[in-house]
Amino acid sequence: MEFIRAFVVGGLICVIGQILIDLTKLTPARIMVLFVVAGVVLGILGIYPALVEWGGAGATVPIIGFGNVLAKGVIEDVDKKGLLGAFSGGVRAGSVGIAAAVFFGYIMALLSKPKAKNKN
Amino acid sequence: MKKIRTKQEYVEWTQKIAPKTHKLKNMIMAFITGGIICTIGQVILSLLVKAGMVKEDAASLTTLLMIFLGAFLTGINVYDDIGRIGGAGAAIPVTGFANSIVSPAMEYKKEGYIMGVGAKMFLIAGPVLVYGIVASIAAGILYYIFTINV
Repeated sequence: MEFIRAFVVGGLICVIGQILIDLTKLTPARIMVLFVVAGVVLGILGIYPALVEWGGAGATVPIIGFGNVLAKGVIEDVDKKGLLGAFSGGVRAGSVGIAAAVFFGYIMALLSKPKAKNKN
Repeated sequence: MKKIRTKQEYVEWTQKIAPKTHKLKNMIMAFITGGIICTIGQVILSLLVKAGMVKEDAASLTTLLMIFLGAFLTGINVYDDIGRIGGAGAAIPVTGFANSIVSPAMEYKKEGYIMGVGAKMFLIAGPVLVYGIVASIAAGILYYIFTINV
């Protein structure tokens, strides 16, 4: 069942992140950077695509999946156009995610106000 | 036969036992929260594929919709609560990436639309993109060397 697989894979990836936060005192920002780079490495080695095959959105929704997308694009473009592809592939494959994050991020920030906090 | 603890002992004792259960609870909450968010993604993905969309486009659109969801829930001040409950379960999914953009952008709006919103929205997303893109180019160069010259 694809939904259960997505739940388990996605949940486990987040547990790894939680363990890193609790045990190493790494900030979430560092964990996210670590995960993206890990995704690139596992993607280029062909390991992560196997996890995507099995876990579906459970593997693609976590930020590590974004690293994998970058690696996937790089592989495709290097195969097609050589060394130039190392520069074109990542951003091309990640373009929708990057553009959506910038666009929706900006729009939502414009439209909303932070929750009223204690004044100090 | 209750052992009487001094205040100091009590503090040490709670510190010894508290983090463990705390960590286990954090892990469980991260698992559930991350699992639910990814399942939502899977539901969207499956619906799009079922509707006849090419798998790759369906995956892109799913990412787009999840980012929208994360940004929207941050804008209405809900995602921070999810983050407080789910920890990494809320931070690691791409919805958390969107949250990391909207949250500081909202916070720093008072510093203006250029150096406030425009710059601060990349407080966390910036490093993620920098390291992701640099790593992917390095990986691509290595991949080129290994595949061409073998």
